Amino acid sequence: MQKFTTVTGVAVPMRRSNVDTDQIIPAVFLKRVTKTGFEDALFYGWRQDPEFILNQPAYQSPKVLVVGADFGTGSSREHAVWALRDFGFDVVLSPRFGDIFRGNSGKQGLLAGQISEDDAETLWGILEANPGIELTVDLVACTASVGELTVSFEVDEYTRWRLLEGLDDIGLTLRDEARIAEFESHREPWRPRTLPARQVNL
Amino acid sequence: MTNAVNTDSPMADIRPRTLAEKVWDKHLVAKGENGTPDLIYIDLHLVHEVTSPQAFDGLRLAGRPVRRPDLTIATEDHNTPTLAIDRPIADLTSRTQIETLRRNCAEFGIRLHSLGDIEQGIVHVVGPQLGLTQPGITVVCGDSHTSTHGAFGAMALGIGTSEVEHVMATQTLPLKPFKTMAITVNGTLRPGVTAKDIILAVIARIGTGGGQGYVLEYRGSAIRALSMEGRMTICNMSIEAGARAGMVAPDATTYAYLEGRAHAPAGADWDDAVAYWDTLATDEGASFDAEVILDADTLEPFVTWGTNPGQGVSLSDTVPNPADIDDANERSAAERALEYMDLAAGTAMKDIHVDTVFLGSCTNSRVEDLRAAAEIIKGKSIADGVRMLVVPGSARVRIEAEAEGLDKIFLAFGAEWRFAGCSMCLGMNPDQLAPGERCASTSNRNFEGRQGKGGRTHLVSPLVAAATAIRGTLSSPWDLVQDGMLGHDAVPAVFVPAR
Repeated sequence: MQKFTTVTGVAVPMRRSNVDTDQIIPAVFLKRVTKTGFEDALFYGWRQDPEFILNQPAYQSPKVLVVGADFGTGSSREHAVWALRDFGFDVVLSPRFGDIFRGNSGKQGLLAGQISEDDAETLWGILEANPGIELTVDLVACTASVGELTVSFEVDEYTRWRLLEGLDDIGLTLRDEARIAEFESHREPWRPRTLPARQVNL
Repeated sequence: MTNAVNTDSPMADIRPRTLAEKVWDKHLVAKGENGTPDLIYIDLHLVHEVTSPQAFDGLRLAGRPVRRPDLTIATEDHNTPTLAIDRPIADLTSRTQIETLRRNCAEFGIRLHSLGDIEQGIVHVVGPQLGLTQPGITVVCGDSHTSTHGAFGAMALGIGTSEVEHVMATQTLPLKPFKTMAITVNGTLRPGVTAKDIILAVIARIGTGGGQGYVLEYRGSAIRALSMEGRMTICNMSIEAGARAGMVAPDATTYAYLEGRAHAPAGADWDDAVAYWDTLATDEGASFDAEVILDADTLEPFVTWGTNPGQGVSLSDTVPNPADIDDANERSAAERALEYMDLAAGTAMKDIHVDTVFLGSCTNSRVEDLRAAAEIIKGKSIADGVRMLVVPGSARVRIEAEAEGLDKIFLAFGAEWRFAGCSMCLGMNPDQLAPGERCASTSNRNFEGRQGKGGRTHLVSPLVAAATAIRGTLSSPWDLVQDGMLGHDAVPAVFVPAR
């Protein structure tokens, strides 16, 4: 994973709350077996509407999404993160995220920063008044700045550290391999195992 | 009991703990320090075709094996057709995804239940039916409805594909401790009111974000009275309240369900396991970070009107008026939902006509759900212009239902009797709504386009689904009693035993 420090780019004001992962990427696109190439699928249903914000000329190469509360609720599909990332987004700012979505983001280098409802409203106001204006997100200071305004966002400290360092989770965990093996040596014999498969006798 | 507490610290034995805390403590491989997460051991990893291909690819790229194939099991469910399952899958991308799972499982030594196998079916139906889902274990799956397995007193988490790869490689997950919320449901459900109505009412109460960061523990007399199937329905939809997991403490009902299943402990192991399971219930004096209390006595059948599962009302109620909603975001979400659903504020829910009824999904596709619906529809005919899909949760459920003659009841009624899978819950296979079509669905999500582009979904219980298929409008079994179509005593209480 690449190290993440600051990002400057076009910010999209999306005044919608409860944007579930079915809206971010409909299930029909989940049949693919690859991890990239999902940019066409992002917000697929809404993009059929010419008025939809991502269809407007000012927002053709965006990097930051500023969206309402409960973004990324519902399905665990990591494809939602891949689609945002493939479209060019590096940051999503929202007052609240679905838990699984937020976890998935941190593992794929997409920053999910939590802002207050008031700051979301203020940012929307500025971005709507200046379509296509660039916003700078600084992960070291945990701030988002546009024009004269700077707001702070929250991100889990461990996720922030991993993003700043560009660290891979599995590699980190495997440093604890000896402790995993030690734990396994105490596992009770009656705990479930899938192998060998047993006959069903109902 | 010798095994039960040897990994817990002495302190942990003294402080009263919740069910969730006990399961967490028991699976602690390494305690986090300075803001790092705990490392939690995973007892059971369930795999399906949609969220695993990229994880297997990651393992291949890094040259890593699956650490514990003996704690991993796969099935095909999201993409599988529910008709003509003996023929090659017509949709090429679906077929590729299924074939990719088969290749990956063969390469990495993972047990797979493929289409045509008796244990094939929705991953959250298969785990419990094999007896793999047990009290006090940790379960993960690349699917948000993994919360289903919490019905057994397991800690069951839906995860993303990066985490799927992580569990495959390490059999652990780095996790921050969750907060706990008690959902206490007192009283007794009336006939015709089910577990589905409880959970829809809970979500309407706390909202789709109300559970965020929490593990929910369902407690109280109404929960204790539920069958395992009912408890699974409730835990299944914990994610729709934003929660990471939902749990019910194990009891005699849990043990009776498990005993004798293929992978349940047997002999002396069973006694050891039960001795441990008996220690799992939340201790007297343990505290929750939040509590919600619901009264089952007054609960009515519950249905959704909008495009998220929190947008629900009692079936006897009307479509709410967005203007009455104080919160600006909620108000605009309601306005957007009514536009999408093509509903006017003030419309009686019972006046809403449907085109399709879907009985299935990991929420309500177990044999008890099918029995409950069959009790209502037997000897009757489906409403004109309505189609009904009945999709058992697994091939085994289908066979069990056929042994009871339920398939004949559904077919005589005019419903379609399909093969097992996720089907119309998310329409990754050909089972989809057409644009503008309206569906009463026993599934778990009424999101825009979830069941097919432009499709409109009302979430309902199996009993409401059955009554709706008869009347053509959203209905409960009590409406059939009023119509003189059903005897007063024929409205099923929650648990419908085998005939």
